[in-house]
Amino acid sequence: MSLMSLTALELGRKIQNKETSSVEAVKEALTKIRRMDKELNCYVTVEEESALQKAEEADEKIRAGIWKGPLAGVPMAVKDNLCTKGIRTTCSSKMLESFVPAYTAEAVENLERAGAVILGKTNMDEFAMGSTTETSYFGPTKNPWNAEHVPGGSSGGSCGAVAAELCSFALGSDTGGSIRQPSSFCGVTGIKPTYGTVSRYGLIAYGSSLDQIGPVAKDVSDCASILEVIASRDKKDSTSVKRSSYDFTSGLNRGVKGLRIGIPKDYFGEGLNEEVRAHVLGAAHVLEEQGAVLEEFDLSLVEYAIPAYYIIASAEASSNLARFDGVKYGYRTEDYEGLHNMYKKSRSEGFGAEVKRRIMLGSFVLSSGYYDAYYIKALKTKALIKQAFDRAFERYDMILAPAAPSTAPKLSESLQDPIQMYLGDIYTIAVNLAGLPGISVPCGRDQKGLPIGLQLIGDCFQEEKILRAAYAYEQTRAYERCPLAKTELF
Amino acid sequence: MSRQYETVIGLEVHVELATKTKIFCGCSTEFGGAPNTHTCPVCTGMPGSLPVLNRQVVEYAAAVGLAANCTVNQRCKFDRKNYFYPDNPQNYQISQLYEPICRNGYLEIDTPSGPKKIGIHEIHMEEDAGKLIHDEWEDCSLVDFNRSGVPLIEIVSEPDMRSAEEVIAYLDKLRLIIQYLGASDCKLQEGSMRADVNLSVREAGSETLGTRTEMKNLNSFKAITRAIEGERERQIELLEMGKKVVQETRRWDDNKEASHAMRSKEDAQDYRYFPEPDLPPIVISDEWLSSIRARQPELRTQKLIRYKKEFDIPEYDAQILTSAKKLADLFEATTALCKKPKKVSNWLMVETMRLMKEKGMEAEDLSFSPENLAKLIELTESGTINSSVAKEVFEEIFLKDVDPEAYVEEQGLKTVNDEGALLEVVRKVIEENPKSAADYRGGKEKALGFLVGQTMKAMKGKADPGAVNRMLKEQL
Repeated sequence: MSLMSLTALELGRKIQNKETSSVEAVKEALTKIRRMDKELNCYVTVEEESALQKAEEADEKIRAGIWKGPLAGVPMAVKDNLCTKGIRTTCSSKMLESFVPAYTAEAVENLERAGAVILGKTNMDEFAMGSTTETSYFGPTKNPWNAEHVPGGSSGGSCGAVAAELCSFALGSDTGGSIRQPSSFCGVTGIKPTYGTVSRYGLIAYGSSLDQIGPVAKDVSDCASILEVIASRDKKDSTSVKRSSYDFTSGLNRGVKGLRIGIPKDYFGEGLNEEVRAHVLGAAHVLEEQGAVLEEFDLSLVEYAIPAYYIIASAEASSNLARFDGVKYGYRTEDYEGLHNMYKKSRSEGFGAEVKRRIMLGSFVLSSGYYDAYYIKALKTKALIKQAFDRAFERYDMILAPAAPSTAPKLSESLQDPIQMYLGDIYTIAVNLAGLPGISVPCGRDQKGLPIGLQLIGDCFQEEKILRAAYAYEQTRAYERCPLAKTELF
Repeated sequence: MSRQYETVIGLEVHVELATKTKIFCGCSTEFGGAPNTHTCPVCTGMPGSLPVLNRQVVEYAAAVGLAANCTVNQRCKFDRKNYFYPDNPQNYQISQLYEPICRNGYLEIDTPSGPKKIGIHEIHMEEDAGKLIHDEWEDCSLVDFNRSGVPLIEIVSEPDMRSAEEVIAYLDKLRLIIQYLGASDCKLQEGSMRADVNLSVREAGSETLGTRTEMKNLNSFKAITRAIEGERERQIELLEMGKKVVQETRRWDDNKEASHAMRSKEDAQDYRYFPEPDLPPIVISDEWLSSIRARQPELRTQKLIRYKKEFDIPEYDAQILTSAKKLADLFEATTALCKKPKKVSNWLMVETMRLMKEKGMEAEDLSFSPENLAKLIELTESGTINSSVAKEVFEEIFLKDVDPEAYVEEQGLKTVNDEGALLEVVRKVIEENPKSAADYRGGKEKALGFLVGQTMKAMKGKADPGAVNRMLKEQL
């Protein structure tokens, strides 16, 4: 039996019970990566040697009884915008092609302290800007369910690697849906926690006020356990918060009886693919059968979320990405005359088209004369959207929605029309603007066999509720492995 | 010049705060380390790093604001100022534009026509940049990020000053307040205090402001005075010729005693300010603010009153003693040790001032300890050494902070109190100088002075002049 077909918790238990070892698991993952990842391109960097070495250390510590946690020895993949000491961290950009950080991101460090082993760094849209993982300098990642389709993005490498069983679990980041949408496209589970729950220290910023790190895994229990490890109040991140509870696992099986679930009509209107609608509403009825109370309502302001998001995220990005100038690290152009020419050429050559588009957009909305008309207005919209959610959560324990309007599009379909691609973020973006937690769990497949995701959105710090509901729903159906993952290796 | 002109001046003063660590990371602010040794991912702008605000910066900024009669904004925010330059590792500076920590203050200065209030528009907190070093030999530029992230406050005045004298009075007052607060040493030469001068001229009586220029690179009060006078003349000359003053930033060259244009308003960058998303708003609670208020040290005005009352020090002397925090600190610490305020004041007012002037030193440069000055005062008071020896010993204390007791012992400077030995010398001096002796006896008081001098000389200066005097009179 394949160790990579197990959930992270199942594998962790087997390692603890000495039924297998971390080294065995890492070896299997590396073999699968070697066999399959040329085609899928989930990883930008695979660290075979250090992974095996860390696995040996993990086995020793587990044997010695030092590491007893559920993730000790379990191999993981890390999105390539999370800094890893000694392992290059590229953000899938030419700009950082050979950048090796001097420190490790807090969330990754938390996992390493719990004994998880880094296999490598996963592909993503360049600087997390995109919804398909096609803007990567290292080429697109392919959807393990159907290699003609994209895995979604920007955490497409992480979600693809989990679906293809090229790791036991992965970390992603979500600024406008970058965990939930690719989780949905790849048929895996991913959660974007409440803003401030996971330290952003070491996450290469895209939209600082929206970015949040989260787990991607095969099921809800895994996600909850990983979240328990990565969540922390970190003094190095002033926007991280001290939560009253860091227990995300003990309430998982408390069921949904009596939970009030709001279904925003505005999320099921025009533009939603019929098959997606049917499966998501089908999932809602499953929850209803289990005792949840469903009610339709008008969330409102939905059409304003996308423009507000692209203004705020691009504005922050234009400033966050200013540090990539060829002076201190990263790509520097070969020939240049003087400082300004060096800046210009390094940045023109080092960044891809989508990144440049957002830097220009962000610089524009912050320019004097436009700041009030765009940026300030976007901030006001953000505040109104938060209020709309606050009103909804006075009546409901959670909101149920699709994770994306369709299943995974074909490769190269989306980039031709960026506006259309931006509109694809409609069900995920408002969650980031309001700082809320959201989870995507698989809820079936379309006729082409491509996965569909159910999104549950909770009020701030109410992860426990959406995890509980997602878990309850998940119990009603079996985990669907993608056909590629089932191919025999040996 | 037919018309009368009025000069209108406002100042932007940057002050480096005396915190131990930087504003957004734990790196040392110490000056003069090897390049890039006081750095970390945060102050070198590494990807993924995040700023964490140093509380002490808020306390110093608020303390300066309170001392300058400002309103402290109990909810303020940081903003990003975006511009590309290699000394700025993130290519944005974290500063405050929209909601600075302090607003609406003033300082009162003394002018020939009486006291005058200079308005303070705002005080905001920000981070300093690194330092660029141009290597002529290698034909390249290097960046030292040791200074990157050192905390600054910028104090922006209203355009309320009308002359170089007022500007200097304002700066002096501001500097003294900040020094008294311990928020900075405010050394212009070393750059821990930097003043940019905004200056315009207008016809006397006019209500509208003229076009202003901003003058940078002013490293001393003298340079500021010269730059103000130079710029005033330059602008008046332009207007007299029927030309216009161009709004621009100018750089003062103190060697040439002239300024040149750096950039005009048209070239002015759009800094694309927006709220810093990595730092939540700073909330200064009532409790925090009152604890800052409670810890405000005694400022100059209060000290002045107390010195007069508690130590019976005359107004003029108290003015000088409080003119620099270092002097006031020395005065108080020494007085606490020897309980002789007048003597301490005397040493600081006379000998200290004389030596400072001679060596071209500022009060901040004084390095002798109150313990040694107190000991010196004890030595003179007990008659162990006489006053001329004391001056000689003080110079050693001033320069090398020597222990006066040990020094007097080593150098054999103690006053000789052996009456027998002195008597012998006195008799010998009278014997060897019969004319002077006769003159004194004949009523010439002056002759005694000569004989005292001769006796002191024979005693190698170590005799008590009082005793010499008395004994000479007895013997004559």
